[in-house]
Formats: sequence, C-alpha cells, structure tokens
Amino acid sequence: MLESLEKIKREALEALDSVQDEAALEGWRTTFLGRSSTLMLSLKQLGSLSAQERPKAGQAANEVKQALEAALEGRKAALSQQRLQQSLGAERLDVTLPGRTIPLGRLHPITQTMRRINAIFAEMGFQVYRSRDVETDEYNFQLLNIPRHHPARDMQDTFYIDDGTKESSVLLRTQTSPGQIHAMREFAAQDPKNPPPVRIILPGMCYRYEQVTARSEIQFTQVEGLAVGEYITFGDLKGTLTDFAQRFFNADVRTRFRASHFPFTEPSAEMDVECFVCHGAGCSVCKHTGWLEILGSGMVHPTVLRNGGYDPGRHSGFAFGMGPERLTMLRYRIEDIRYFWRNDLRFLEQF
Amino acid sequence: MKVPISWLKDFVNLDGISIEELAHALTMAGLEVEEIEYVGLPMPTGRQITKLSGIAWDREKIVVGEIREVLPHSNADRLVLCRLFDGQKEHTVLTGAPNLFEFKGRGELKKPLKVAYAKEGAEIYDGHQPGFQKTTLKRAKIRGVESYSMVCSEKELGISEEHEGILFLGADAKAGMLLADYMGDAVFNIAITPNIARDANIYGVAREVAALTGRKLKAMPVKVKANGPTIKGKVKIEIQEPELNPRFVLGLIKDIEIKPSPDWVQRRLRLAGMRPINNIVDATNYAMLELGEPLHAFDYDVLVERAGGKAPTIITRLTKKGEKLTTLDGIERKLDEFTVLVCDTAGSLSIAGVMGGAETEVTEKTRNVLLEGAAWNFINIRKTLSAQRFSSEAAYRFSRGVHPAMAPRGIRRSLDLMRQWSGGVVNQGLVDKYPRPEKPSVVEIGPEDARRWLGVELSAREMAAILRRSEFQVQTKGKKLMVTSPDYRLDIGEGVVGKADLMEEIARIYGYEKIAATRLRDEIPPQQSNHTLEIEERIRDLLARMGLQEIITYRLTTGEQEAQRLPVGIAPDDKPYVRLLNPISQDRVVLRKSLLASVLEIVERNASLRERIAVFELGPIFHASEAGPLPDELQRLVLAISGPRGMSNWDGAETTPFDFYDIKGMVTNLLNGLGLWDLHYEVGEHPSFHPGKCSKVMHGEQQLGVFGELHPQVQTQYDLGSHPVEAASVNLDLLYEFVPERFDSEPVPAYPPVLEDLAVVVNEGTPAGQVEMLIRQTGGKLLTGLSLFDVYRGEQIGVGKKSLAYQLTYQHPERTLTDEEVAKLRERIVKRLEQELGAQLRS
Ligand SMILES: [Zn+2]
Repeated sequence: MLESLEKIKREALEALDSVQDEAALEGWRTTFLGRSSTLMLSLKQLGSLSAQERPKAGQAANEVKQALEAALEGRKAALSQQRLQQSLGAERLDVTLPGRTIPLGRLHPITQTMRRINAIFAEMGFQVYRSRDVETDEYNFQLLNIPRHHPARDMQDTFYIDDGTKESSVLLRTQTSPGQIHAMREFAAQDPKNPPPVRIILPGMCYRYEQVTARSEIQFTQVEGLAVGEYITFGDLKGTLTDFAQRFFNADVRTRFRASHFPFTEPSAEMDVECFVCHGAGCSVCKHTGWLEILGSGMVHPTVLRNGGYDPGRHSGFAFGMGPERLTMLRYRIEDIRYFWRNDLRFLEQF
Repeated sequence: MKVPISWLKDFVNLDGISIEELAHALTMAGLEVEEIEYVGLPMPTGRQITKLSGIAWDREKIVVGEIREVLPHSNADRLVLCRLFDGQKEHTVLTGAPNLFEFKGRGELKKPLKVAYAKEGAEIYDGHQPGFQKTTLKRAKIRGVESYSMVCSEKELGISEEHEGILFLGADAKAGMLLADYMGDAVFNIAITPNIARDANIYGVAREVAALTGRKLKAMPVKVKANGPTIKGKVKIEIQEPELNPRFVLGLIKDIEIKPSPDWVQRRLRLAGMRPINNIVDATNYAMLELGEPLHAFDYDVLVERAGGKAPTIITRLTKKGEKLTTLDGIERKLDEFTVLVCDTAGSLSIAGVMGGAETEVTEKTRNVLLEGAAWNFINIRKTLSAQRFSSEAAYRFSRGVHPAMAPRGIRRSLDLMRQWSGGVVNQGLVDKYPRPEKPSVVEIGPEDARRWLGVELSAREMAAILRRSEFQVQTKGKKLMVTSPDYRLDIGEGVVGKADLMEEIARIYGYEKIAATRLRDEIPPQQSNHTLEIEERIRDLLARMGLQEIITYRLTTGEQEAQRLPVGIAPDDKPYVRLLNPISQDRVVLRKSLLASVLEIVERNASLRERIAVFELGPIFHASEAGPLPDELQRLVLAISGPRGMSNWDGAETTPFDFYDIKGMVTNLLNGLGLWDLHYEVGEHPSFHPGKCSKVMHGEQQLGVFGELHPQVQTQYDLGSHPVEAASVNLDLLYEFVPERFDSEPVPAYPPVLEDLAVVVNEGTPAGQVEMLIRQTGGKLLTGLSLFDVYRGEQIGVGKKSLAYQLTYQHPERTLTDEEVAKLRERIVKRLEQELGAQLRS
C-alpha cells in the first residue's frame, strides 16, 4: 500500500512537470486527484486494511493527497504567472508616441498678471475699485491737478470723444486715476466730517493717442493704487511698494526710488527694481543699467485729496500706478507689446 | 534738454566727480539723464547709468597737432599737404579742407594752426557718410601721396555735423596734448518735468548739482559793461494786458558788427543742440540756454524808421479780429484772439514769446539792436503754440513758465555777450515795465510736517539747512520755519500745497534713499466684497475649465469693421457710435458696439493657422447715452468656437466639428456653474446667426443671452474657413442681477435609485424640450434625473417621426422605491406624452 502510494505520487509529479496549460492541468487533476483516480480509489480501500495498518496507510495517503494538491496549486500559479508575462510582453506600447492633447483653456496673460497684482495687494488690505473707460476731462485731468493747457498734459496725449463742441470735455481715460476721485468721493460721502480711510487698487483699460509700435499701444491696462488715512507717509509708500516688488518678482529683489513728477502726487517717485535677469550686473533687458523701471508713485497731492473730500491738513496718502503689460513683458521677456491685443493663439497658449 | 558738462563747469566745480556719478545724482533727484552723449571723453565699460552714445577719442591716437606750413599738392588743386608737428615729430598730412587753402604757399606760418590730429588706427566718424558712422584710419595712397593720418573736422570728432572745413583749436592748445584732455566733453540729455521748469537751462542744472553735492555755485553772470549813453528816451513800453504780460524789459546795444560768433561759442551752441547763426542771434540763444530767459533781438533802426524817425513805442496787446502776421519762417499766420502780440505804433512785430516777425529781424545790415526780455502767462503761450502748431527752444521755456525776475538778467547777460562778440557799445540801463510783480510765496513748515508726510525725523535746523542749499530764504521761529521761495521759482504754492512743494524739495535734496521704508500702520478700511468682479472671475475660470482661451481685443474699431458681423443688406441698429474727435488711425475711430465683431476678428485672424478655435472675451461695449455726455458702458461676454471638438491626434480620435449643441452646452454649463439652474431656451432671432440655428437663453422673462451658428453669409464675409463658427453673446449686466450669492446643497441619497430607459416616437416637429418638460412635470420630485441618450430617425419608425430615448432616474429621499411605484409613475408619464404629443412608446 505504502509503496503504491509512493508510486502514485512519483508518477503524478512527473506528469505534472509536462503540464503546460490550464486544460492539461485540469486533465491532470482528474487523472490524479479525481473521483476515479488511483489515489482516491486507494483511499476508499483503506477500510479493507487491518486496524493496525489503517492509521499509517491513511496518514500516508493523506500526505500524498496534500502533496499533490499543493503541487497542483503551485503549478496553477506558475502557469498563470507565465500567461501574465506573455500578455504583458504582447501589450507593450510605444511609450514615445505623443500623449493625447487635451484642450486646455487659459486666461489671457494680462488677466493672469492682473490677478497676481490684485492678490498681492488684497493681502495688504487693498480692495479693487473699478470705474469707467470714458471719462470727463474734469475727472481725468482737472480734479487730478491738471488744468487745461497745463504742461503736464503734454505727458499724456489724449483721445477726445466727439461731443459736438470744439473743446471736448469727454475723453477716453488716459489713466485709471479718475477712479481715485470717484472712490474718495464715494467713501467721503459716507461720513463727510470724518471720512473713512481708503485702501484701493484700480485696474482698468486706458487709452493714449500714440502710434502703435513694438513699445507703445493706443490701449493699455493700468493698475493704480491709493491709500489715504491719517498716518500715511512716504516711508510707507516705499515699504508697501517694496513689499509688492518682493512678492511679485522675488523675495530678495532690491528696489530704488527716484524723484519724479506727476501732477497728482508730491513728492513723486519712480520705483526701479534690480534687474532680475542679470541681478544688477547689466544686461540687454535692463539696457545695461542693472535696474528696471516698474512703477510711478507719490504722496497724494493736497489738491487731489481736497477734491476727493479729504482734508489735506489732516489726511495724507500715497498713490501708485503700474502697467501690467510692461510687467508681463519683463517677466516673460516679450519683445513686442502688440502681441497682447493681437491675440494670436500661438502667443496666448504659451501662458 | 542738452547740457554739455564743460558748460556746467563754468558754474560749479566738478573735480573729483565722474560724469556717471553726476548723471546718477541728477537722475535720483528727478532730473533724469536719459542719455549721455560722449564727445571725446572716455566712455565707461560694464554697467551703465543710462543710455550712452557718442565717441571716445582714442587717448593715444587723437592729439593736438600744429600745422607749420600748408603746401600745394603737385597734381590736385583741391588738396593740400600740411607739414604738421604732433609734439614728437613732423608728418605730412594730406587734406581737402577748404579752410586751409588761404594758408597755401605762405611758407612757414608765423602762428602755427592748432588742429585735431588723428593718427593711423584712430577711430573717428566718417566725414563723407551721412549720419555718424565710425571708421578706423588706414594707410592709403592718394594721388601719389602716402596718407596715414588726418586733420579732423567737427563731424569726424562727433562735435557737430560740420564737415566743411577742419576744426581750429585755440592758441592754448599745445601740440601733443591729448585732444580728450584739451576739449573732451560729454552732453547730458535731461528730461525736464513741469515741476522743474526752472532747471531748463545750464545755470539751473548747475544750481541743482551744487545743492545735491554741497558744492559752491558761482554767481549768476548778469554783469554788463555799459559804456554807452543811457537808454532813457530811446524807447517806450506800453503793456495792455498785464495778466498775460506781467513784465516787459528792453536793452539797447549800438554799433555792432554782424559776424560769426567765436569758434568756441559755435561749438557750445551745437553741443547744446542749436545752430549758430551770427554773433547777435547766438548771443540771445547763448544767454537763453545759460539762464533760461528767451530773448528777442530787433533791428532798432527799422523800429525808429517805422516810428517816423522818433523813439519807438513797444506795445503788447491781444490780437485784433482777423489780424495776421508774417513770421521769421516766412509763413503768414492767422492769429487767434487770445494770442498776445508785440507791436509798435505802425503794427505788429512778433507773436509774444513764440516767434519774431520778418520785418524787424536782425540782418546783415543791422547796426543797432533792441533786445527784448519779457514774462508771459505760460498757459496763454501754450494755447498759442497749440493753435499755431509751432515749437522752438524759446517757446519750450515760456510754455513751462519763466519767472519775471529772469527778464532783466537774461538781457544783461546777452547784451554783454553781444558787446564781447560784436564790438558794440551797450547803452546804460534798461527800460523795464513790471505791472504785476510776482510775489514770492512764504510757507510755514516744521518738523511735524516732515514726520507726517515723509516719515522722517528732521530738526528745524536740518530742514532749514536743506532748504538753504536750494536757495530758499529761511527764518526760524522756534520750531517753525518761515520759508520764502527764491526769485526764479514759480512752483512753490501757498498753504498746504506750499508745504507739499517744500516736502518734495526736502525729500529730493535729503535723498529718497535715506528715507526708511516702513509698513502701513494706518487703520485698514472697512472691507467690502466686489460682486461683479467676483462673478467675472468665476466666468473666466469656468470658461477656461471648458477649454476656452481668453482673449482681450481693441475696444476701438470702425463702423465698417463691425458691420461685417451682419449679413449684407441688414442695417446695424440705429444707435449712434461713440466717435473719437481725434483718431490716430483710420481703423480705430469709434468705440465698439459689438463684442461679437471684436471676437470674430480674432477668430478670423487665427482661422488660417489652425482648425480648432475656442475663445471668449469679457468686456464692455459702448452706447451713446441720451441722458448725458458719457456713454453707457455695457458689460458683455462672447464665446466663439469652431473646428474639431477635440484636438487632432495621431490615432484619429474625436475630430467631429463643434456644432450648435456644443455652444448651447457651454452656455448651459456656464450658467449652471454660476448657480443659475432655472433656465429655458427659446427659438432665437439675431441677424448674425443662422435663422434655424439660433436660440436665446432665458431666466424667467429675462433674456440673458443669445447663441447659435453664425449666419452662412456672415461666415463668408469673414475669412473663417470651412468649419461653421458657433458663438454666444451674454448680457453680463443682467446676469449680475441673477447670480445668487449662495445656494443650498442637496444631501447625497442614502437609498438606491431606480434607473429606467424610456424611448418615445414623436413627430419631427415636436421639440425635444417639450417632451422633456412633460416628463419632468409628470415625474415630479421622484424623478431626479433625466438625460437624453439617443435621437433616432429611420424607416423603422416611419417618415416624419423621430425617436427620443431617455434615461430616467427615480429616487425617493427616505426609502427605496417599490417596483409598483416606479411602474405607476412610468405609466403616467407615457400616458401624458401620448395624450399631449401623440407620442408612441417605442419597444
Ligand atoms: Zn539686467
């Protein structure tokens, strides 16, 4: 009995070695472990053995059965592993073929720059205030301390709207500053005797009577800022705008403030930042000066404060203005300002 | 304004300060040096202060030479040979300079001619090329004579455009000296902003340099040697409009001889950007450039003649109606009634402060010169300039304001220069009418002002010291300063404005860089939300998420350009355009009325480059308003899509083109994304769209927008390619009113839904929207989802019919629906469709 069991085991394992697929494996199982297999028949015959022989033979038969079952499982796993390997090999892709292009919507680069500027100032408590494109001469110039025929008007060539008069009083705003007056008046009206502090930025489209070239456009965006309160100094102007530059460009960028002139601020300053391309050493981007002109700023002129409903004896403030196109051009080294409104998708899709 | 460094040095010592340091100091203080033009002095390498141009004279190769003899050339009449000593040895130099011919064949010159000598290999400008082009001197044989060096003209050295003859140097030039050391120069081009109009002259810039560097400023050169008789009785002045002409001053010089100015004067004028004319005109220009007071020279004898031999009277008055004047440039000018004229008893002589008349100008024959210096209202000068479309150095200064105190100063300076350069005799005294004396402004300031405006702690003494450097008179009263402005400044106001003006002056001289940067410590204002901006930004994000590219277009266009969005023969609306009074180009003359037209232009521009286009723009259109002078600015959104829906790929994935239902889907998505669910769609009518493929999207009774496929005729009016363009236009002003601030979310159902398909056959003419509406109405709350998944037409269902297949989702929030409940609901839906639409259930 024991011998025949040993033989069964040997023959079965030998046969298993040559099994190469699932069907053959099933055949093997029927042959060696099925109901009518020699092993199973042997197990049935156990009853005919003597009480002494029975346990030993029973144990041996069971061991053989377990060994064969284990071998079966092992073979099964090996076969399935083998099949997986084959199919993995067959499913090999050319991974260097291009991925499918998914249409990606993007925002215009100027919108992206505007959002960055808005976000940085929002964190400093500046809220967005918007006003109209078409303005009166009074708001665009006169209330900002630029009377008619004033030399400062030379700095801003203006598109006037045909309002039927010879000296039109309606124009396309040349700056977003008229919004400063609108905003101050709106806030001051809330409590004329004790007007609340102002901290706003004014983004928007502006227009100048200029030939369109690689450097100048008839239509351009501007972001102005205005802070008015009782304790606002030129030092605060420097600090706030330096904070902005360090957020917008990089944390260790240096700034410098040059004296300048704008009719609606005094003292006025231009802010330069150290060229982020050459770090101040001089390169073609900064015209070899190491500095990039970024924005104009200054302390709000007393006349403008007064026109806005604030008492220049008690209130002070600063204002600044910058051009998102210029900031975008510097940041991405764009050589031609005309790209922005031309909207060639090959340009826009780079951002 | 052009400022030669050599001229500045007349008034302030610049030893130990480099040109670049000086340019930097001026720029930081608000006198922006836009360019440094080098005329011989060495140019810096590496980092620059500003834009650089010009030429540096080679320190070894361009020296002072001394011509000892001028010899004729044996076979060229137009050339001479010079025997020239360069400090070390003699050379023979070949030249064609006509101003050497007079010395030809005179043998050894008693007074050798001092010239600029360029040796072999020196870099100079090419005198024969137009403009300034650099060239290097090379050895050559010209007409049998070996040539390797040259004597230079002003042009070759970059001093001016003068190339008629060579440059002669003063007797003080020593042969062998480096020319750069002898006369090398640099010219600053300074941008003069309106607040520093007082600095539009050499002396003004020197004054700034002195204040900024703490150096001493030399006295203003206003002394005149007057050896003639008194001017009294020789001329009278009558001012009719003192507000426009607060001061008028005349001086007289007699027995002058008109001739060219000295070489150094001509050179200086050229460096400063003016053309030398003759000694008298040059003396007026020189004094103007130096002190800032524009002057005008009359031929005194012509004036006497016009006065019938008597002492002339100079009258300043407004133009009479229709009055004309022929100016120096030979143009007969029509004048406006606000223009001030300088006249005599016989008529008008010149346009005040702007341009002289032809008749009384200085000519070759002039012997006696009456010199005018005046003060004019600068606003009035500006009006005249813009009316006459004219500009000049004098007008530039008068139109920015010149203090009346400068008038006699300018005259004295100029008279003395005329005396020196023309041999004339200056009459003693001036005739001076000053009916509206300019009062100096007096402003009270103190340390608290510097603290409040600048954030700087300065003592009263420190503030006084700074202001005195800028020539303010300062009286201290305890901690208060009484500050009186100097008599050449018009820019210091009164009261709090004056304080701001002085704060600017203090900050500039103290130095912006010394003011510490601080953070705002003022109260933060009440924070408000910006509803429309927030919605706009959400719209941008939603559309970008749907794969659309944002564009920003010109808001200026033409009516013709915009008419292209409508089929030919369809008139645009009759609302008038907002029109520019002064357009700069023919294609930008009105403010747009159609954002669709702006967007289609961009689609057209890109259509030739790619098939798939999906863009949007958010922005205003402009309608002239009847209510007032300002137009209505209406916010609009336009979407436009065209071409394949997906991106083209190598395995030919989804490339079917966008159609009407894509744009509809986008509009729906967008509005849903903004929280607007209660929408319905009606057949739309819009001339830009295909009449059968146009819909409007409604929120209640309000039309939020219109969309559809571009009218085929419009499609061909643009160069748009073969794919139809689908577009939508949304009225944002209206949308802003309906976008909810918030909405309630719905819980996720805890019980399983029942899904069921339902296909019905209806007449072709039955709108799917109606079928859907009936299903929803009948399904009520239990029907939580409905989606159309198939539309079928074919023989199976018969001609004129269509089958709509929906998937329905039934769901009860609190329990699982039973099969009977669902079956009942379904039965009701089917019955309703049968009854109301004649629909048949498709099995
Ligand atoms: Zn750089």
